[in-house]
Amino acid sequence: MSSQHYKWIGTRPNRPDGADKVTGRARFGADFNMPGQLVGKVLRSPHAHARIKSIDTSKAEALHGVKAVVTAKDFPEQPNQIVPAGEMQANLRDVTRNVMAREKALYDGHAVAAVAATTSEIASEALALIKVDYEVLPHVIDVDDAMKDGAPILHDHLRTDGLTPPSDKPTNIAKRLEFVKGDIAAGLAKADVVIEREYKTAAVHQGYIEPHATLASATEDGQVQVWSTTQGHFQVRGFCSRLLNIETSQIRVTATEIGGGFGGKTVVYLEPVAIRLSQKSGKPVKMVMERSEVFRASGPTSGGTLRVKIGATRDGRIVAADTTIALQSGAFPGSPVGPACMCSFACYDIDNIKVIGFDVVSNRPKVAAYRAPGAPIAAWAVESTIDLVAEALRMDPIDLRLKNAARKGTKTHYGPTFNTIGMVETLEAAKNSPHYKTPVKPGHARGVAAGFWFNVGADSSAAAHVGEDGTVTVISGNPDIGGSRASLALMAAETLGVDYDKVRPVIADTSSIGFNFVTGGSRVTFATGLAVVNAVRDMIENLKGRAAKIWEVEPDAVIWENGYAKPASSNVGKFEPLSLAQLAAQAGKTGGPINGHAQLNAQGAGPGFGVHIVDLSVDRDTGIVTVERYTAAQDVGTAIHPSYVEGQLQGGVAQGVGWALNEEYIYDAKGRLQNAGFLDYRMPVASDLPMIETVLVEVPNPSHPYGVRGVGEVPIVPPMAAIGNAIARATEVRMLDLPMSPPRLSAALDAMAPKRAAE
Amino acid sequence: MAKVVLTYSFARQFAGGKTEHEVSGQSIRHLVRALDERFPGIGDRLNEDMAVAIDGVIHQNAFLEKIAPDSEVCFIPALQGG
Repeated sequence: MSSQHYKWIGTRPNRPDGADKVTGRARFGADFNMPGQLVGKVLRSPHAHARIKSIDTSKAEALHGVKAVVTAKDFPEQPNQIVPAGEMQANLRDVTRNVMAREKALYDGHAVAAVAATTSEIASEALALIKVDYEVLPHVIDVDDAMKDGAPILHDHLRTDGLTPPSDKPTNIAKRLEFVKGDIAAGLAKADVVIEREYKTAAVHQGYIEPHATLASATEDGQVQVWSTTQGHFQVRGFCSRLLNIETSQIRVTATEIGGGFGGKTVVYLEPVAIRLSQKSGKPVKMVMERSEVFRASGPTSGGTLRVKIGATRDGRIVAADTTIALQSGAFPGSPVGPACMCSFACYDIDNIKVIGFDVVSNRPKVAAYRAPGAPIAAWAVESTIDLVAEALRMDPIDLRLKNAARKGTKTHYGPTFNTIGMVETLEAAKNSPHYKTPVKPGHARGVAAGFWFNVGADSSAAAHVGEDGTVTVISGNPDIGGSRASLALMAAETLGVDYDKVRPVIADTSSIGFNFVTGGSRVTFATGLAVVNAVRDMIENLKGRAAKIWEVEPDAVIWENGYAKPASSNVGKFEPLSLAQLAAQAGKTGGPINGHAQLNAQGAGPGFGVHIVDLSVDRDTGIVTVERYTAAQDVGTAIHPSYVEGQLQGGVAQGVGWALNEEYIYDAKGRLQNAGFLDYRMPVASDLPMIETVLVEVPNPSHPYGVRGVGEVPIVPPMAAIGNAIARATEVRMLDLPMSPPRLSAALDAMAPKRAAE
Repeated sequence: MAKVVLTYSFARQFAGGKTEHEVSGQSIRHLVRALDERFPGIGDRLNEDMAVAIDGVIHQNAFLEKIAPDSEVCFIPALQGG
């Protein structure tokens, strides 16, 4: 462990928000209420694709208890251009149409109108009184179908970006990307073994337990307050400002506690609607999605179709890698096909690579980010194919990956050359883990896969305040999803040299701290952590200045050590060290309150790598897979609070197991989602999983004072391929499509049975 | 002069198909300006939806970042995260 020389970093204290969360005191999105609030509800399209000829809201408006009704007419048109919205890139023309359908309903569940009423029952009754005249249009769900000539076109204006020469043909393909390194044909010509397969993945939802919820209050003087369960309250402010033409200074957003997000709560659905309803009614409006609305109308991640071709020499050197990745983006452009393409072969040092990607719209809800967006989809296909190469070469799957592992100096196919990275160390840690060293039990089979994610930095602000008793408040602006309060407090305590329980971390609203980018991309402990460290360092300079005034010496004659101001040397004079409490007690006499501030655009997040090992068994009669043992090894930089790092790895694996074995969006022939609930959309529960073992490989990130590296994305990248590879060893059936659910695996085993019998 | 690397499809679309360019400039702002003079219109696209890796370190919103004469500067599709 690299944290041995730290006092607090690397320890496992209770999280500051833990007591509230286990006793039910913590307030999540639906727990906020205001006097006189109304209930807001959304009318959603029952059609996958339909022109909206007219909407008659008169009967709903006339219903006693209804205070406001909104449709797309209540939201200003937006330009067809990419603009910053809360520092995210978004096409506002699409965002406003996703919030409220305009010319067409583009998916089952698409919002077409909303009401605010005095009770939930009246709001539901009002929705039933809204008459929408639809012209139902042909729809398309599958990504391959959407790319075909003659497919129903979702957007008449859409043309494929990235074609040379440009095409003027209406299409569902929003973008084409291509990455080339070396010469793929020459690489394949050198190969002794070439494996090529086609794969499919299903759209899967982030599956956060807490549905989207918001409370908005707009007043006559133009001010707006919003409480929202979100991964980025500054993004909520930014989007609402743009969509509703309200200045950001007039909108104050408070992030409530959040019951999971995983990327799905980085966008807005309800907030602009609640604000508009509040403006029209003059009352606060609360909106909470039903679970079915979460599935039908909030972003899952893409499903896709992938072809992978990998060539290797007899000695296990991969000499060519080629893939084509087509991802669903949902009803509007913007799938994570770019990251999918870039992550595809990032784990490996390969001379010849070609990657083509397509971003494809279809009549599904617009996708949203989901842990390491795009990377798990690419890894499913690439890591499965690499496993086939290992089988063909009769090589240990970790040895094959070690022979081809990316390392410092590896030139990636998307451009950058890697600095210090931990792929080799992570593979070696997996190989040396107790799990891998234990022989596979009879009846079980083992699979291995690797994964990569970039990690991001971006904008953060933080402040640190000393109270009059010498305790410290650390203020930041990122909703705490995975234990970031604890990590920030640990770094503040370490920097300041005081005990962890003397530091209270607080998450401020958008009017009480400077801008913070979303809690996402595994950035908070890295970037906001850096802002906190810098704010504390700023406060320490202030504290040293106060001590200098008390001792009547120059500020640079004072040092800060273990929570005390001390003379820098005996030449300064003989002074007793001054504690935080002593300096705080005299703050008024020495210049007023003692605070520190920092704001930054953090760079150098440093990529992460993971290697997973799974042992599983397959019931050949039912196709049910039981995960018997699972180990996730990951390059985590420095584990600030190891329990929460382990929790990130375990959570990613749990979600990956669901993605591998059960989860999928199922549509009927009319394009209506058939499994919009947790009974039919099967996610893993505790009894489905063994204790997930973790191996934390600490390769400190040189761009952070404590070596922090983002950890939350990587662990969802390898599980699907690791499980598929184990199933292949268990059954001799190579599954190419996700999920490998009991009906599908059972059918594949049945199809294999005659061949096995003949043998 | 810094080595600027564009993705294959982006280069075909905006830079005559050439993925590697020698460009002088002390910051990302200068490099983008110089590229825009060579390939009019490319600057808006580079500023709009591209991240930048300077010597292997990814920057989401690069503008003032310093560039060494032997730096490798790669423009890549912007990233998001979950």
